Amino acid sequence: MTHLTIERADGLLTVQDLGRPGYLAQGLSRGGAMDRRALFEASALLGHDSPLAAIEMAAAGGVFTVSQPTRVALTGAPMMATLDDSPLRWHATHLLQPGQKLRIGGAQAGVYGYLTPAGGITCAPWLNSRAAHLTCGIGALLQSGQGLPCGVDDTPDAPPRIVDAQPRFNGGLLRIAPGPQTDLFDTETLERFLGAEFTRGARGNRQGVQLDADARFTSRFAAGLASDVIGPGDVQMTGDGIPYVLMAECQTVGGYPRIGSVVPADLPIIAQAAPGTRLRFQMLTTEQADASFRSDTSQIAETRARCRNLIRDPATITDLLSYQLIGGVTAGTELEENTCA
Amino acid sequence: MGDDDSLTPEIHPAGPDALLLRFALTPCPAAMAAAQVLAAQLERDPPEGVVEIAPALVSVLLRFDPAITQRATLAQAVLTRADAIASRHMAPPPPTRRWTIPAAFGGENGPHLEQVARKLSITPAAAIAQVCDSELRVLAIGFAPGQPYIGLLPEPWDLPRLSDLTPSVPAGAVVVAVRQIVMFGAPSATGWRQIARSAFRTFLPERAEPMPLRPGDAIRYAPVSDSEIAALARHEDGLGGAKLEVLA
Repeated sequence: MTHLTIERADGLLTVQDLGRPGYLAQGLSRGGAMDRRALFEASALLGHDSPLAAIEMAAAGGVFTVSQPTRVALTGAPMMATLDDSPLRWHATHLLQPGQKLRIGGAQAGVYGYLTPAGGITCAPWLNSRAAHLTCGIGALLQSGQGLPCGVDDTPDAPPRIVDAQPRFNGGLLRIAPGPQTDLFDTETLERFLGAEFTRGARGNRQGVQLDADARFTSRFAAGLASDVIGPGDVQMTGDGIPYVLMAECQTVGGYPRIGSVVPADLPIIAQAAPGTRLRFQMLTTEQADASFRSDTSQIAETRARCRNLIRDPATITDLLSYQLIGGVTAGTELEENTCA
Repeated sequence: MGDDDSLTPEIHPAGPDALLLRFALTPCPAAMAAAQVLAAQLERDPPEGVVEIAPALVSVLLRFDPAITQRATLAQAVLTRADAIASRHMAPPPPTRRWTIPAAFGGENGPHLEQVARKLSITPAAAIAQVCDSELRVLAIGFAPGQPYIGLLPEPWDLPRLSDLTPSVPAGAVVVAVRQIVMFGAPSATGWRQIARSAFRTFLPERAEPMPLRPGDAIRYAPVSDSEIAALARHEDGLGGAKLEVLA
Protein backbone atom coordinates (compact mmCIF):
# COMPACT_ATOMS: atom_id res chain seq x y z
CA MET A 1 0.00 0.00 0.00
CA THR A 2 1.09 3.54 -0.60
CA HIS A 3 -0.06 6.79 0.93
CA LEU A 4 -1.09 10.12 -0.43
CA THR A 5 -0.70 12.79 2.20
CA ILE A 6 -2.62 16.04 2.20
CA GLU A 7 0.12 18.30 3.49
CA ARG A 8 -2.21 21.24 3.27
CA ALA A 9 -5.90 21.44 2.32
CA ASP A 10 -6.83 24.76 0.73
CA GLY A 11 -10.18 23.97 -0.88
CA LEU A 12 -12.99 21.74 0.38
CA LEU A 13 -11.58 18.29 -0.25
CA THR A 14 -13.51 15.01 -0.11
CA VAL A 15 -13.04 11.47 -1.37
CA GLN A 16 -15.48 10.78 -4.22
CA ASP A 17 -16.28 8.00 -6.65
CA LEU A 18 -19.47 7.27 -8.60
CA GLY A 19 -21.46 7.05 -5.36
CA ARG A 20 -24.09 4.56 -4.18
CA PRO A 21 -26.91 3.90 -6.61
CA GLY A 22 -29.77 1.68 -5.48
CA TYR A 23 -30.76 3.10 -2.08
CA LEU A 24 -33.48 5.58 -3.06
CA ALA A 25 -36.17 3.48 -1.35
CA GLN A 26 -34.20 3.81 1.88
CA GLY A 27 -33.78 7.54 1.60
CA LEU A 28 -30.14 7.66 0.54
CA SER A 29 -29.28 9.56 -2.63
CA ARG A 30 -26.50 8.32 -4.87
CA GLY A 31 -24.01 11.05 -4.02
CA GLY A 32 -20.59 10.69 -5.60
CA ALA A 33 -18.55 13.08 -7.72
CA MET A 34 -20.23 16.34 -8.74
CA ASP A 35 -18.53 16.13 -12.15
CA ARG A 36 -18.72 12.44 -13.03
CA ARG A 37 -17.13 13.15 -16.41
CA ALA A 38 -13.93 14.17 -14.62
CA LEU A 39 -13.78 10.69 -13.07
CA PHE A 40 -14.29 9.08 -16.47
CA GLU A 41 -11.50 11.25 -17.88
CA ALA A 42 -9.20 10.24 -15.02
CA SER A 43 -9.95 6.56 -15.49
CA ALA A 44 -9.38 6.82 -19.23
CA LEU A 45 -6.05 8.59 -18.66
CA LEU A 46 -4.90 6.01 -16.13
CA GLY A 47 -6.16 3.03 -18.14
CA HIS A 48 -8.77 1.88 -15.63
CA ASP A 49 -11.87 0.01 -16.74
CA SER A 50 -14.00 1.87 -14.23
CA PRO A 51 -13.39 4.98 -12.14
CA LEU A 52 -11.48 4.64 -8.87
CA ALA A 53 -11.97 6.90 -5.86
CA ALA A 54 -10.41 10.34 -6.26
CA ILE A 55 -10.03 13.53 -4.26
CA GLU A 56 -12.65 16.07 -5.26
CA MET A 57 -11.34 19.60 -4.73
CA ALA A 58 -13.93 22.37 -4.54
CA ALA A 59 -12.62 25.78 -5.62
CA ALA A 60 -8.97 25.04 -4.71
CA GLY A 61 -6.59 22.18 -4.02
CA GLY A 62 -3.68 22.13 -1.61
CA VAL A 63 -0.29 20.50 -1.23
CA PHE A 64 0.10 16.74 -1.69
CA THR A 65 2.90 14.15 -1.35
CA VAL A 66 3.14 10.40 -1.97
CA SER A 67 5.03 7.62 -0.19
CA GLN A 68 5.79 5.61 -3.37
CA PRO A 69 6.28 6.63 -7.01
CA THR A 70 2.72 7.16 -8.18
CA ARG A 71 1.12 8.62 -11.25
CA VAL A 72 -1.79 10.93 -10.66
CA ALA A 73 -4.45 12.23 -13.04
CA LEU A 74 -5.58 15.86 -12.83
CA THR A 75 -9.05 16.35 -14.27
CA GLY A 76 -12.17 18.48 -13.88
CA ALA A 77 -11.97 22.23 -13.29
CA PRO A 78 -8.49 23.36 -14.44
CA MET A 79 -6.41 24.51 -11.48
CA MET A 80 -2.87 25.91 -11.32
CA ALA A 81 -0.62 22.95 -10.57
CA THR A 82 3.11 22.63 -9.95
CA LEU A 83 5.41 19.77 -9.02
CA ASP A 84 8.35 21.13 -7.03
CA ASP A 85 7.71 24.48 -8.75
CA SER A 86 7.58 23.08 -12.31
CA PRO A 87 4.22 23.88 -13.89
CA LEU A 88 2.05 20.88 -14.68
CA ARG A 89 -0.46 20.54 -17.41
CA TRP A 90 -4.12 19.89 -16.39
CA HIS A 91 -6.24 17.12 -18.00
CA ALA A 92 -3.15 14.93 -17.85
CA THR A 93 -1.23 12.35 -15.81
CA HIS A 94 2.04 13.07 -14.01
CA LEU A 95 4.48 10.95 -12.04
CA LEU A 96 4.98 11.96 -8.40
CA GLN A 97 8.09 10.80 -6.54
CA PRO A 98 8.28 10.56 -2.75
CA GLY A 99 9.60 13.87 -1.44
CA GLN A 100 8.17 15.90 -4.31
CA LYS A 101 5.44 18.38 -3.54
CA LEU A 102 2.39 18.62 -5.77
CA ARG A 103 0.79 22.04 -5.33
CA ILE A 104 -2.70 22.62 -6.66
CA GLY A 105 -4.01 26.19 -6.54
CA GLY A 106 -7.36 27.79 -7.23
CA ALA A 107 -9.70 26.92 -10.08
CA GLN A 108 -9.10 29.02 -13.18
CA ALA A 109 -12.52 28.10 -14.51
CA GLY A 110 -15.17 25.81 -13.12
CA VAL A 111 -15.45 24.66 -9.50
CA TYR A 112 -14.50 21.02 -8.95
CA GLY A 113 -11.03 19.67 -9.76
CA TYR A 114 -10.09 16.02 -9.26
CA LEU A 115 -6.84 14.41 -8.16
CA THR A 116 -6.84 10.67 -8.87
CA PRO A 117 -3.86 8.52 -7.84
CA ALA A 118 -3.23 5.62 -10.27
CA GLY A 119 -4.15 3.03 -7.65
CA GLY A 120 -7.19 4.97 -6.48
CA ILE A 121 -7.91 6.05 -2.91
CA THR A 122 -8.52 2.85 -0.95
CA CYS A 123 -10.08 4.04 2.31
CA ALA A 124 -12.76 1.70 3.70
CA PRO A 125 -15.89 1.58 1.56
CA TRP A 126 -19.41 1.96 2.99
CA LEU A 127 -22.27 0.37 1.05
CA ASN A 128 -19.85 -0.34 -1.82
CA SER A 129 -18.65 3.23 -2.22
CA ARG A 130 -15.91 5.39 -0.75
CA ALA A 131 -17.72 8.63 -1.56
CA ALA A 132 -18.16 11.11 1.25
CA HIS A 133 -21.85 12.07 1.57
CA LEU A 134 -21.57 15.01 3.92
CA THR A 135 -25.32 15.69 4.06
CA CYS A 136 -25.84 12.21 5.55
CA GLY A 137 -22.78 12.30 7.76
CA ILE A 138 -20.82 9.78 5.68
CA GLY A 139 -17.14 10.62 5.52
CA ALA A 140 -15.79 14.07 6.23
CA LEU A 141 -13.87 16.95 4.71
CA LEU A 142 -10.20 16.00 4.34
CA GLN A 143 -7.86 17.83 6.68
CA SER A 144 -4.32 19.15 6.43
CA GLY A 145 -1.86 16.49 7.54
CA GLN A 146 -4.20 13.62 6.78
CA GLY A 147 -2.83 10.57 4.95
CA LEU A 148 -5.01 8.52 2.62
CA PRO A 149 -4.30 4.89 1.66
CA CYS A 150 -3.91 4.33 -2.07
CA GLY A 151 -3.55 1.35 -4.33
CA VAL A 152 -0.01 0.78 -5.63
CA ASP A 153 0.75 2.12 -9.08
CA ASP A 154 1.87 -0.98 -10.99
CA THR A 155 3.26 0.97 -13.92
CA PRO A 156 4.67 4.27 -12.62
CA ASP A 157 6.90 4.44 -15.71
CA ALA A 158 3.96 4.53 -18.11
CA PRO A 159 4.25 7.62 -20.32
CA PRO A 160 2.31 10.74 -19.31
CA ARG A 161 -1.09 10.94 -21.00
CA ILE A 162 -3.29 13.86 -21.87
CA VAL A 163 -6.98 13.96 -22.69
CA ASP A 164 -8.98 16.36 -24.81
CA ALA A 165 -11.36 17.35 -22.03
CA GLN A 166 -14.92 18.05 -22.99
CA PRO A 167 -15.54 21.78 -22.48
CA ARG A 168 -17.89 22.43 -19.58
CA PHE A 169 -16.28 25.03 -17.35
CA ASN A 170 -17.89 28.23 -18.58
CA GLY A 171 -21.63 27.61 -18.48
CA GLY A 172 -23.74 27.80 -21.60
CA LEU A 173 -26.69 25.73 -22.69
CA LEU A 174 -28.21 23.11 -20.42
CA ARG A 175 -30.48 20.58 -22.09
CA ILE A 176 -33.40 19.53 -19.93
CA ALA A 177 -35.88 16.72 -20.35
CA PRO A 178 -39.55 16.82 -19.40
CA GLY A 179 -40.18 15.28 -16.00
CA PRO A 180 -43.20 14.15 -13.99
CA GLN A 181 -44.25 17.72 -13.18
CA THR A 182 -43.36 19.67 -16.32
CA ASP A 183 -47.06 19.75 -17.25
CA LEU A 184 -47.89 21.50 -13.96
CA PHE A 185 -46.32 24.68 -15.36
CA ASP A 186 -48.40 26.60 -17.86
CA THR A 187 -47.11 27.21 -21.38
CA GLU A 188 -46.38 30.87 -20.74
CA THR A 189 -44.21 30.09 -17.67
CA LEU A 190 -42.41 27.33 -19.51
CA GLU A 191 -41.65 29.59 -22.48
CA ARG A 192 -40.45 32.37 -20.19
CA PHE A 193 -38.18 29.86 -18.42
CA LEU A 194 -36.71 28.63 -21.70
CA GLY A 195 -36.17 32.19 -22.90
CA ALA A 196 -34.53 33.43 -19.72
CA GLU A 197 -30.85 33.85 -19.05
CA PHE A 198 -29.75 32.65 -15.62
CA THR A 199 -26.65 33.16 -13.60
CA ARG A 200 -25.42 30.60 -11.14
CA GLY A 201 -26.41 32.07 -7.79
CA ALA A 202 -24.35 32.50 -4.67
CA ARG A 203 -26.02 29.57 -2.95
CA GLY A 204 -24.80 26.19 -4.04
CA ASN A 205 -23.20 23.06 -2.72
CA ARG A 206 -23.19 19.33 -3.31
CA GLN A 207 -26.96 19.24 -2.60
CA GLY A 208 -28.07 21.80 -5.12
CA VAL A 209 -27.31 24.99 -6.98
CA GLN A 210 -29.44 28.12 -6.99
CA LEU A 211 -30.00 30.04 -10.21
CA ASP A 212 -30.69 33.76 -10.44
CA ALA A 213 -32.90 35.46 -13.00
CA ASP A 214 -35.07 38.55 -13.10
CA ALA A 215 -38.21 36.48 -13.56
CA ARG A 216 -39.94 33.99 -11.24
CA PHE A 217 -41.40 30.66 -12.32
CA THR A 218 -44.26 29.30 -10.28
CA SER A 219 -46.85 26.59 -10.75
CA ARG A 220 -50.44 26.99 -9.60
CA PHE A 221 -50.30 23.36 -8.46
CA ALA A 222 -47.41 24.02 -6.06
CA ALA A 223 -49.46 23.92 -2.86
CA GLY A 224 -50.57 20.52 -1.64
CA LEU A 225 -48.50 18.41 -4.03
CA ALA A 226 -47.60 14.99 -2.67
CA SER A 227 -43.83 14.66 -2.41
CA ASP A 228 -42.25 12.23 -4.80
CA VAL A 229 -38.82 10.92 -5.65
CA ILE A 230 -36.32 13.54 -6.79
CA GLY A 231 -32.83 13.23 -8.18
CA PRO A 232 -29.74 15.00 -9.55
CA GLY A 233 -30.56 17.29 -12.46
CA ASP A 234 -34.13 18.04 -11.39
CA VAL A 235 -34.88 21.77 -11.64
CA GLN A 236 -37.01 22.49 -8.60
CA MET A 237 -38.94 25.74 -8.09
CA THR A 238 -39.04 26.89 -4.50
CA GLY A 239 -42.14 28.65 -3.19
CA ASP A 240 -40.80 31.95 -4.55
CA GLY A 241 -40.38 30.50 -8.05
CA ILE A 242 -36.58 30.55 -7.83
CA PRO A 243 -34.98 27.55 -9.54
CA TYR A 244 -32.61 25.15 -7.83
CA VAL A 245 -30.86 22.41 -9.75
CA LEU A 246 -30.57 19.34 -7.54
CA MET A 247 -27.11 17.81 -7.38
CA ALA A 248 -25.31 14.68 -6.14
CA GLU A 249 -26.28 14.90 -2.45
CA CYS A 250 -29.87 16.06 -2.89
CA GLN A 251 -32.57 14.65 -0.66
CA THR A 252 -34.47 11.68 -2.11
CA VAL A 253 -38.01 13.02 -1.90
CA GLY A 254 -39.27 16.54 -2.35
CA GLY A 255 -42.48 18.48 -2.66
CA TYR A 256 -41.52 21.54 -4.70
CA PRO A 257 -42.62 21.30 -8.34
CA ARG A 258 -39.93 20.50 -10.87
CA ILE A 259 -40.02 22.04 -14.32
CA GLY A 260 -37.74 19.41 -15.87
CA SER A 261 -34.46 17.63 -15.41
CA VAL A 262 -31.02 18.50 -16.76
CA VAL A 263 -29.85 15.54 -18.84
CA PRO A 264 -26.95 13.62 -17.25
CA ALA A 265 -24.66 14.55 -20.15
CA ASP A 266 -25.03 18.26 -19.22
CA LEU A 267 -24.92 17.92 -15.42
CA PRO A 268 -21.14 18.52 -15.39
CA ILE A 269 -21.84 21.98 -16.88
CA ILE A 270 -24.00 22.99 -13.92
CA ALA A 271 -21.63 21.31 -11.43
CA GLN A 272 -18.76 23.32 -12.86
CA ALA A 273 -20.65 26.63 -13.08
CA ALA A 274 -18.97 29.03 -10.66
CA PRO A 275 -21.17 31.74 -9.10
CA GLY A 276 -22.01 34.31 -11.76
CA THR A 277 -21.65 31.89 -14.68
CA ARG A 278 -24.35 32.35 -17.32
CA LEU A 279 -26.69 29.48 -18.15
CA ARG A 280 -29.70 28.92 -20.39
CA PHE A 281 -32.05 25.99 -20.82
CA GLN A 282 -33.21 24.11 -23.88
CA MET A 283 -36.11 21.65 -23.55
CA LEU A 284 -35.62 18.35 -25.34
CA THR A 285 -38.31 15.81 -26.07
CA THR A 286 -38.14 12.65 -23.98
CA GLU A 287 -36.91 10.82 -27.10
CA GLN A 288 -34.10 13.33 -27.64
CA ALA A 289 -33.14 13.17 -23.97
CA ASP A 290 -33.09 9.38 -24.00
CA ALA A 291 -30.92 9.46 -27.11
CA SER A 292 -28.37 11.62 -25.27
CA PHE A 293 -27.92 8.96 -22.58
CA ARG A 294 -24.63 7.06 -22.44
CA SER A 295 -23.88 4.23 -20.05
CA ASP A 296 -20.82 4.59 -17.83
CA THR A 297 -19.07 1.90 -19.88
CA SER A 298 -19.58 3.68 -23.18
CA GLN A 299 -18.57 7.03 -21.66
CA ILE A 300 -15.27 5.53 -20.55
CA ALA A 301 -14.71 3.99 -23.98
CA GLU A 302 -15.50 7.31 -25.71
CA THR A 303 -13.21 9.18 -23.33
CA ARG A 304 -10.36 6.73 -23.84
CA ALA A 305 -10.45 7.53 -27.54
CA ARG A 306 -9.66 11.16 -26.67
CA CYS A 307 -6.50 10.31 -24.70
CA ARG A 308 -2.99 10.31 -26.12
CA ASN A 309 0.58 10.31 -24.91
CA LEU A 310 1.94 13.67 -23.90
CA ILE A 311 5.41 12.88 -25.22
CA ARG A 312 6.06 10.69 -28.22
CA ASP A 313 9.77 10.37 -27.66
CA PRO A 314 10.91 11.61 -24.28
CA ALA A 315 14.55 11.18 -25.33
CA THR A 316 14.32 14.00 -27.85
CA ILE A 317 12.60 16.59 -25.69
CA THR A 318 13.98 16.81 -22.18
CA ASP A 319 11.78 19.54 -20.81
CA LEU A 320 8.59 19.40 -22.76
CA LEU A 321 6.44 20.97 -20.08
CA SER A 322 8.41 24.20 -20.08
CA TYR A 323 8.54 24.11 -23.86
CA GLN A 324 4.77 24.01 -24.02
CA LEU A 325 4.47 26.85 -21.56
CA ILE A 326 6.70 29.08 -23.63
CA GLY A 327 4.16 28.43 -26.34
CA GLY A 328 1.68 30.35 -24.22
CA VAL A 329 -0.41 27.59 -22.75
CA THR A 330 -0.67 28.39 -19.06
CA ALA A 331 -2.35 25.28 -17.73
CA GLY A 332 -2.77 23.33 -20.90
CA THR A 333 -6.50 23.87 -20.88
CA GLU A 334 -7.39 26.81 -23.05
CA LEU A 335 -5.98 25.25 -26.18
CA GLU A 336 -7.76 22.00 -25.44
CA GLU A 337 -11.02 23.83 -25.00
CA ASN A 338 -10.60 25.70 -28.26
CA THR A 339 -9.71 22.68 -30.30
CA CYS A 340 -12.60 20.53 -29.19
CA ALA A 341 -15.35 23.12 -28.80
CA MET B 1 -57.27 14.96 -9.63
CA GLY B 2 -56.75 13.49 -6.19
CA ASP B 3 -60.38 12.40 -5.98
CA ASP B 4 -60.68 9.21 -3.96
CA ASP B 5 -63.15 7.68 -6.39
CA SER B 6 -61.29 8.21 -9.63
CA LEU B 7 -57.59 7.49 -9.54
CA THR B 8 -55.91 8.31 -12.82
CA PRO B 9 -52.58 6.50 -13.02
CA GLU B 10 -50.12 8.36 -15.23
CA ILE B 11 -46.65 7.46 -16.45
CA HIS B 12 -44.03 10.19 -16.66
CA PRO B 13 -40.36 10.20 -17.61
CA ALA B 14 -37.97 10.77 -14.71
CA GLY B 15 -34.59 11.02 -16.35
CA PRO B 16 -33.18 8.87 -19.14
CA ASP B 17 -33.22 5.65 -17.15
CA ALA B 18 -36.32 6.02 -15.00
CA LEU B 19 -40.05 6.50 -15.09
CA LEU B 20 -42.59 7.49 -12.51
CA LEU B 21 -46.04 6.01 -12.09
CA ARG B 22 -48.25 8.47 -10.24
CA PHE B 23 -51.78 7.75 -9.01
CA ALA B 24 -52.68 11.33 -8.01
CA LEU B 25 -51.10 14.72 -7.47
CA THR B 26 -52.19 15.11 -3.87
CA PRO B 27 -51.75 12.66 -0.99
CA CYS B 28 -55.27 11.26 -0.91
CA PRO B 29 -55.64 7.93 0.96
CA ALA B 30 -56.80 5.94 -2.10
CA ALA B 31 -53.75 6.98 -4.11
CA MET B 32 -51.47 6.25 -1.16
CA ALA B 33 -52.94 2.76 -0.84
CA ALA B 34 -52.65 2.16 -4.59
CA ALA B 35 -48.98 3.23 -4.58
CA GLN B 36 -48.26 0.76 -1.80
CA VAL B 37 -50.01 -2.06 -3.64
CA LEU B 38 -48.12 -1.32 -6.84
CA ALA B 39 -44.76 -1.05 -5.07
CA ALA B 40 -45.32 -4.38 -3.34
CA GLN B 41 -46.36 -6.03 -6.62
CA LEU B 42 -43.33 -4.66 -8.43
CA GLU B 43 -40.99 -5.78 -5.64
CA ARG B 44 -42.44 -9.30 -5.83
CA ASP B 45 -42.43 -9.49 -9.60
CA PRO B 46 -40.26 -6.80 -11.16
CA PRO B 47 -40.60 -6.29 -14.92
CA GLU B 48 -37.52 -7.19 -16.92
CA GLY B 49 -34.76 -4.59 -16.88
CA VAL B 50 -35.87 -2.84 -13.67
CA VAL B 51 -32.87 -2.07 -11.47
CA GLU B 52 -34.46 -0.01 -8.69
CA ILE B 53 -37.94 0.50 -7.23
CA ALA B 54 -38.53 3.54 -5.02
CA PRO B 55 -42.03 4.17 -3.67
CA ALA B 56 -43.14 7.62 -2.53
CA LEU B 57 -46.53 8.59 -1.08
CA VAL B 58 -48.66 8.42 -4.23
CA SER B 59 -46.12 7.34 -6.82
CA VAL B 60 -43.52 4.72 -7.56
CA LEU B 61 -40.26 5.44 -9.36
CA LEU B 62 -38.64 2.70 -11.42
CA ARG B 63 -35.09 2.89 -12.68
CA PHE B 64 -34.29 0.59 -15.58
CA ASP B 65 -31.31 -0.50 -17.60
CA PRO B 66 -31.78 1.00 -21.09
CA ALA B 67 -29.60 -1.80 -22.47
CA ILE B 68 -32.19 -4.36 -21.35
CA THR B 69 -35.58 -2.68 -21.74
CA GLN B 70 -37.19 0.25 -23.55
CA ARG B 71 -39.05 3.06 -21.82
CA ALA B 72 -42.24 2.40 -23.82
CA THR B 73 -42.23 -1.34 -23.08
CA LEU B 74 -41.76 -0.82 -19.37
CA ALA B 75 -44.28 2.04 -19.25
CA GLN B 76 -46.95 -0.15 -20.84
CA ALA B 77 -46.30 -3.01 -18.43
CA VAL B 78 -46.44 -0.77 -15.36
CA LEU B 79 -49.47 1.19 -16.53
CA THR B 80 -51.40 -2.03 -17.10
CA ARG B 81 -50.73 -3.10 -13.52
CA ALA B 82 -51.53 0.34 -12.14
CA ASP B 83 -54.83 0.57 -14.03
CA ALA B 84 -55.89 -2.77 -12.57
CA ILE B 85 -55.02 -1.60 -9.06
CA ALA B 86 -56.77 1.77 -9.51
CA SER B 87 -59.99 0.27 -10.84
CA ARG B 88 -60.27 -2.35 -8.12
CA HIS B 89 -59.40 -0.09 -5.17
CA MET B 90 -57.19 -2.80 -3.76
CA ALA B 91 -56.17 -2.60 -0.13
CA PRO B 92 -52.44 -2.67 0.57
CA PRO B 93 -51.08 -6.19 0.93
CA PRO B 94 -50.63 -7.43 4.49
CA PRO B 95 -47.27 -6.39 5.92
CA THR B 96 -44.49 -8.95 5.93
CA ARG B 97 -42.69 -7.35 8.89
CA ARG B 98 -43.83 -5.47 11.97
CA TRP B 99 -41.79 -3.20 14.23
CA THR B 100 -42.89 -2.46 17.78
CA ILE B 101 -41.16 0.74 18.79
CA PRO B 102 -41.14 2.06 22.38
CA ALA B 103 -41.91 5.78 22.63
CA ALA B 104 -42.34 8.22 25.49
CA PHE B 105 -45.36 10.49 24.89
CA GLY B 106 -45.99 13.99 26.19
CA GLY B 107 -43.94 16.11 28.55
CA GLU B 108 -40.58 17.18 27.23
CA ASN B 109 -40.54 14.16 24.92
CA GLY B 110 -43.80 15.30 23.32
CA PRO B 111 -44.24 19.02 23.89
CA HIS B 112 -47.15 19.31 21.43
CA LEU B 113 -49.17 16.32 22.69
CA GLU B 114 -51.63 18.37 24.76
CA GLN B 115 -52.17 20.85 21.95
CA VAL B 116 -52.84 17.99 19.50
CA ALA B 117 -55.29 16.34 21.94
CA ARG B 118 -57.13 19.67 22.34
CA LYS B 119 -57.45 20.00 18.57
CA LEU B 120 -58.91 16.48 18.44
CA SER B 121 -61.16 17.23 21.46
CA ILE B 122 -59.87 14.17 23.31
CA THR B 123 -57.64 13.64 26.33
CA PRO B 124 -53.88 13.23 25.87
CA ALA B 125 -54.27 9.63 27.09
CA ALA B 126 -56.86 8.99 24.38
CA ALA B 127 -54.59 10.55 21.76
CA ILE B 128 -51.75 8.24 22.83
CA ALA B 129 -54.12 5.28 22.63
CA GLN B 130 -55.24 6.27 19.12
CA VAL B 131 -51.64 6.42 17.91
CA CYS B 132 -50.70 3.12 19.56
CA ASP B 133 -53.84 1.31 18.33
CA SER B 134 -53.60 2.52 14.71
CA GLU B 135 -52.64 0.11 11.96
CA LEU B 136 -49.62 2.05 10.83
CA ARG B 137 -47.34 1.37 7.87
CA VAL B 138 -44.14 2.88 6.53
CA LEU B 139 -45.60 4.73 3.53
CA ALA B 140 -42.27 5.92 2.19
CA ILE B 141 -38.74 6.54 3.31
CA GLY B 142 -36.97 9.65 2.32
CA PHE B 143 -35.76 13.16 2.81
CA ALA B 144 -32.97 11.73 4.97
CA PRO B 145 -31.58 8.18 4.97
CA GLY B 146 -33.89 5.71 6.70
CA GLN B 147 -36.38 8.38 7.73
CA PRO B 148 -39.95 7.05 7.53
CA TYR B 149 -43.26 8.65 6.61
CA ILE B 150 -45.74 6.56 8.62
CA GLY B 151 -49.52 6.48 8.30
CA LEU B 152 -52.30 6.85 8.21
CA LEU B 153 -53.61 8.08 11.54
CA PRO B 154 -57.41 8.37 11.99
CA GLU B 155 -59.07 11.13 9.94
CA PRO B 156 -59.32 13.73 12.72
CA TRP B 157 -55.50 13.72 12.75
CA ASP B 158 -55.52 15.58 9.42
CA LEU B 159 -53.76 18.46 11.15
CA PRO B 160 -52.04 21.17 9.13
CA ARG B 161 -48.36 21.89 9.57
CA LEU B 162 -47.50 24.65 12.07
CA SER B 163 -47.03 28.06 10.51
CA ASP B 164 -43.84 28.56 12.52
CA LEU B 165 -41.03 26.04 12.38
CA THR B 166 -39.85 24.48 15.63
CA PRO B 167 -36.15 25.32 15.35
CA SER B 168 -34.95 21.92 16.47
CA VAL B 169 -36.47 18.64 17.58
CA PRO B 170 -34.11 15.87 18.73
CA ALA B 171 -33.24 12.65 16.91
CA GLY B 172 -36.01 10.12 17.51
CA ALA B 173 -38.69 12.83 17.69
CA VAL B 174 -42.11 11.43 16.70
CA VAL B 175 -43.92 14.27 14.92
CA VAL B 176 -47.38 14.40 13.36
CA ALA B 177 -49.19 16.32 10.61
CA VAL B 178 -51.62 15.49 7.80
CA ARG B 179 -52.52 12.06 9.28
CA GLN B 180 -48.87 11.04 9.13
CA ILE B 181 -45.99 10.46 11.49
CA VAL B 182 -42.38 11.22 10.76
CA MET B 183 -39.72 9.83 13.06
CA PHE B 184 -36.63 11.99 12.70
CA GLY B 185 -33.26 10.30 12.30
CA ALA B 186 -31.29 13.41 13.25
CA PRO B 187 -32.04 16.69 15.02
CA SER B 188 -34.26 18.65 12.63
CA ALA B 189 -36.21 21.84 12.25
CA THR B 190 -39.85 21.03 11.58
CA GLY B 191 -43.31 22.44 11.11
CA TRP B 192 -44.83 19.19 12.38
CA ARG B 193 -45.95 18.71 16.00
CA GLN B 194 -43.82 16.59 18.32
CA ILE B 195 -45.98 14.26 20.42
CA ALA B 196 -43.40 11.67 21.49
CA ARG B 197 -39.81 10.56 21.28
CA SER B 198 -38.39 7.12 20.56
CA ALA B 199 -34.83 5.93 21.01
CA PHE B 200 -34.99 4.27 17.57
CA ARG B 201 -32.28 5.63 15.28
CA THR B 202 -33.55 5.31 11.73
CA PHE B 203 -30.03 5.72 10.35
CA LEU B 204 -26.71 4.67 11.83
CA PRO B 205 -24.00 4.33 9.20
CA GLU B 206 -21.84 1.99 11.27
CA ARG B 207 -24.69 -0.42 12.08
CA ALA B 208 -24.83 -3.72 10.12
CA GLU B 209 -28.18 -2.55 8.77
CA PRO B 210 -27.75 1.23 8.59
CA MET B 211 -31.34 1.94 7.47
CA PRO B 212 -33.49 -0.81 9.02
CA LEU B 213 -36.98 0.37 8.00
CA ARG B 214 -38.46 -0.57 4.64
CA PRO B 215 -41.49 0.83 2.84
CA GLY B 216 -44.50 -1.34 3.70
CA ASP B 217 -43.29 -2.33 7.19
CA ALA B 218 -46.01 -2.29 9.85
CA ILE B 219 -45.30 0.02 12.79
CA ARG B 220 -46.73 -0.18 16.27
CA TYR B 221 -45.78 2.30 19.00
CA ALA B 222 -45.58 1.03 22.57
CA PRO B 223 -45.84 3.73 25.25
CA VAL B 224 -43.05 3.76 27.83
CA SER B 225 -41.98 6.19 30.54
CA ASP B 226 -39.47 8.98 30.12
CA SER B 227 -36.92 7.09 32.21
CA GLU B 228 -37.35 3.91 30.14
CA ILE B 229 -36.78 5.77 26.89
CA ALA B 230 -33.66 7.36 28.39
CA ALA B 231 -32.38 3.88 29.31
CA LEU B 232 -33.24 2.47 25.86
CA ALA B 233 -31.35 5.33 24.24
CA ARG B 234 -28.16 3.99 25.77
CA HIS B 235 -28.34 0.71 23.80
CA GLU B 236 -25.51 0.64 21.33
CA ASP B 237 -27.49 -0.87 18.46
CA GLY B 238 -29.52 2.32 18.21
CA LEU B 239 -32.73 0.32 17.90
CA GLY B 240 -34.08 1.81 21.12
CA GLY B 241 -35.70 -1.44 22.24
CA ALA B 242 -37.62 -1.87 18.98
CA LYS B 243 -38.72 -5.43 18.20
CA LEU B 244 -38.97 -6.77 14.66
CA GLU B 245 -41.41 -9.59 13.87
CA VAL B 246 -41.35 -11.29 10.50
CA LEU B 247 -44.97 -11.98 9.66
CA ALA B 248 -44.86 -13.65 6.27
